[in-house]
Amino acid sequence: MSLEIVVCLKQVPHPDHFSQISLDPAKQTITREGVPAVINPLDKNALEQGLRLREQLSGRVTVISMGPPQTRSALEEALAMGADRGVLLCDRAFAGADTLATAHALALAVRKLEPFDLILCGNETIDSATGQVGPQLAELLDIPHVTYVQEVALAHESKLAVRRAVEYGYMKVEVVLPALLAMVKESNRPRLPTAWGIMEAAQKEIRLWTAADVGAAPEAVGLEGSPTQVIGVFEQQAGRRGEVLEGPPDEVARRAVAKLRELGAFGA
Amino acid sequence: MGREGFEMAGDVWVIAEQRLGRLTDVSLQLLSKGKELAGELGISLCAAVVGEQLEPAAGELLAYGAERVYVVEDPRLRFYQSDAYARLLADLLKDNSPEIVLFGATTTGRELASRVAAKLGTGLTAHGVALSIEESEGKRQLVCAVPGWGGNLMVRIVCPQRRPQIVTVKPGVLSKPERGGGGGEVIRVQADIREEDFRALTVEMVEERPCGVPVEGAEVVVAGGWGLSSVGDFGPVEELARLLGGVVGGTRPTLDKGWIGEECLIGQSGKTVSPRLFISVGASGAMHFTTGFLKSGVILAIDQNPKAPIFEVSDIGIVGDLREVLPCLIEELKAAGIVPC
Repeated sequence: MSLEIVVCLKQVPHPDHFSQISLDPAKQTITREGVPAVINPLDKNALEQGLRLREQLSGRVTVISMGPPQTRSALEEALAMGADRGVLLCDRAFAGADTLATAHALALAVRKLEPFDLILCGNETIDSATGQVGPQLAELLDIPHVTYVQEVALAHESKLAVRRAVEYGYMKVEVVLPALLAMVKESNRPRLPTAWGIMEAAQKEIRLWTAADVGAAPEAVGLEGSPTQVIGVFEQQAGRRGEVLEGPPDEVARRAVAKLRELGAFGA
Repeated sequence: MGREGFEMAGDVWVIAEQRLGRLTDVSLQLLSKGKELAGELGISLCAAVVGEQLEPAAGELLAYGAERVYVVEDPRLRFYQSDAYARLLADLLKDNSPEIVLFGATTTGRELASRVAAKLGTGLTAHGVALSIEESEGKRQLVCAVPGWGGNLMVRIVCPQRRPQIVTVKPGVLSKPERGGGGGEVIRVQADIREEDFRALTVEMVEERPCGVPVEGAEVVVAGGWGLSSVGDFGPVEELARLLGGVVGGTRPTLDKGWIGEECLIGQSGKTVSPRLFISVGASGAMHFTTGFLKSGVILAIDQNPKAPIFEVSDIGIVGDLREVLPCLIEELKAAGIVPC
């Protein structure tokens, strides 16, 4: 058998630099000046899963991402890891999308890539961490989905047996293809691009698709197509910043315990 | 799909989650916020639950404040079945047109809310930490504050046009309401189940209850971070927790190292806790960790780096080597009669 696999990627700010993402409270704008961008870590697990399935069963891995022009670098990295071709969904009309509008744009692109057997994505992104796009994309494509996927095995020709993490345990799920799986960190260890992979990537195709290319109605994508809207951003106030004690350990311990007692830390 | 500009046609609904008949804690926690929102809007609080043998669960939902409980029962719904649950719930919501719907942000709740919202063509906001009603353009909207970029910044989100307004809330963010007498109505909904509702079929559920005490609900939590590498294990954290009658928690690096289990992970991708006393040992205090315990009563932090961000969120901070500080702290707690000698 052979699988047509589509992997959805998102380019996100590098997590080590999250504290550099700042807010101008007056203008209510967020700046990401100088913050490097990476492929969302769990999307790499999704890509790795796709590459392994292709190695096991043969097929093709297409990576797709919706984003501004610089998203191209994420697709290039994915091609260097081994994906066969890429699609960049790039259009002003897609900007400002919430998860439903994003899922809508991705669904249009995936349908344009039809037929497909399996869609893989990361369980959630590190920036917004909603975990919503996967299941919503599956709904719009009218295919089943499984999230929190830890393991994937072929049950038979058109069915996968997956292990899904839940709180304090796991579920065994059998899912018919075509389907969407959202992968978690412990599912695999994503490979690094090799020098050979980087060279090969230069020969691979990245298609650029606009809203018109995928037949997107303006009211269904981007800010206009988003049922949810951001109305403000603010910095969370911790409201504490109490005393910081330094000095000989026995002395600080004494002062700390006294203060803790004062604050009611040890109960009434 | 969705209705435009409708004012308060429906109620506040809490979608309760059960596992093998037992209601999850978050389901009850949601009822407290649900009741508050319903009261403010002058509408009713309802709950819905899908599964099998739900009589006790329905009773609990009424006891904790739901005025009406919709029950969708069938033996085939014993385990969570993604297609079936999503379609049955979406149909139920379409028939009843609620104003607001709350789900717990659990492994199941997050995806179920997502699929249901997509079926209804409405907005879904994830991980609400503060929910309130505000007036905007003549309409009373649900405004939801959610953390972004690991908790670094908070974002305020609304769903101005589409209904219902759907939000997920993590376990531990809200508190369980008082248990009352009950009273209220249980409405049994016919589960019209179809063959295509099982394209993703849950065939088995394996529970792996951890041996330790869960961090949620503990009065005292002692959490360790990467600084424990100087010791090589979690011994000091475990000892302090034991003496204080508390439980052990930890950060992502300590989970990866194997010093704690998944159930002890605290932070954005772990648990949210609000104990009377939270002690952080050897953790620098990255936002995605601290966001998990900001509502604690009293926070004590111990770290060797005076510039560690953990000191921005603690009531009392101790700068020092934990190998020296912890034994002294324990000695002092014993001398002060706070812990047994």
